[in-house]
Amino acid sequence: MINKTVANVQEALAGVKDGMTFMLGGFGLSGIPENAIAELVAKNIKEITCISNNAGVDDFGLGLLLKKNQIKKMISSYVGENAEFERQMLSGELEVELTPQGTLAAKCQAAQQGFPAIYTPAGYGTEVALNKETRMFDGKMYVLEEAYKADFAFVKAWKGDEAGNLIFKGTARNFNPNMCGAAKITVVEVEELVPAGELDPNQIHIPGIFVQRIFQGERYEKRIEQRTVRQK
Amino acid sequence: MLDKNGIAKRIAQEVKDGYYVNLGIGIPTLVANFVRDDIAVEFQSENGILGMGPFPYEGEEDADLINAGKQTITALPGASFFDSATSFGMIRGQHVDLTILGAMEVAENGDIANWKIPGKMVKGMGGAMDLVASAQNIIVAMMHTNKAGQSKLLKKCSLPLTGVGCVTKIVTNLAVIEVTPAGFKLLERAPGVSVEEIQKATEGKLIIEGDIPEMKI
Repeated sequence: MINKTVANVQEALAGVKDGMTFMLGGFGLSGIPENAIAELVAKNIKEITCISNNAGVDDFGLGLLLKKNQIKKMISSYVGENAEFERQMLSGELEVELTPQGTLAAKCQAAQQGFPAIYTPAGYGTEVALNKETRMFDGKMYVLEEAYKADFAFVKAWKGDEAGNLIFKGTARNFNPNMCGAAKITVVEVEELVPAGELDPNQIHIPGIFVQRIFQGERYEKRIEQRTVRQK
Repeated sequence: MLDKNGIAKRIAQEVKDGYYVNLGIGIPTLVANFVRDDIAVEFQSENGILGMGPFPYEGEEDADLINAGKQTITALPGASFFDSATSFGMIRGQHVDLTILGAMEVAENGDIANWKIPGKMVKGMGGAMDLVASAQNIIVAMMHTNKAGQSKLLKKCSLPLTGVGCVTKIVTNLAVIEVTPAGFKLLERAPGVSVEEIQKATEGKLIIEGDIPEMKI
């Protein structure tokens, strides 16, 4: 067994520098790497390019990095929940590349799987396709989208073992599995880290080969963005 | 004239037995409340669930179980969870039977705009561009006019496009309209709404053939 365990978040983020490109898992606030984000804030890493579906809310998730002006560029599909984000974007302080959600996932997955680029119909005929190569297959038009290149991927899983094998929970899975192995170094934080052999190999969502470092997160706030309930 | 729930109720009639359905944020989300319970339908939420159920009971909310609108939800028996690439594989691969989404503008050729107002509002396209580029059956749920009273059914979209020539049907507070190669074809009127009122609120080419029935909802 190749052990991927690191002691803590500090060790997990060793080598992180200003100006790097990071992938961060999560959809809204669900399944975000809370410990890695807190450590990026603590280390005051600047000029970051973030590849992440959303930008958090004003006081949580990537919003914490935005508030301290640590982010230079955001690559996201939807940023509607963050007023500070919208302000920085409209004022030009923040560079933003809006990408269709499925394309964002595909560009991560392409990086993970060694495809330099993929063709997708999403965005054809819109400003997303400007200056990109397009091509017809079977009478339908597609846009060529290149795989992302990132220095670190910060991933949140539910359970993991020492070998870096991962299991995700519910819709907190989202982009996390697609980002594993899609950057030079994949750092995974889990709610529960167990010895090798404890997880059923049949139930593994992501094999440890895609993971370089794994640690158990200190505590998870797991904030709910829109609490919606029904009456009994 | 219909309210938001009325629009959702009418669209629910388009949901057929055996359909996998993707519901967008806003009015489309309400459609789930009105689907007949004697048919088998599964709702897909693009953040990674098939078999989405109603909101949880108070105290049973789970931060790891949300829909694409970031609302807490439940999973029904037979539900499954998956990653984002797989989710959009379902959409791009045309395995989802019906897509219902909102719009700021729809053009008479089926173009749709719903993600950006330059210089004012930029929320992003989320999954909408993927959905409209691949789905074969796209219903738009929206008000017929904007807050300023201007038509949202146009000859040509003025806002940045989400997709080209993709919308198949539109259900508004005033009418049910099919998008045809010749333009907007009026199919049904909302209760109490006249053809003239619909014509007045429609900037794009409106095709009116014979008697237009009132919706049954």
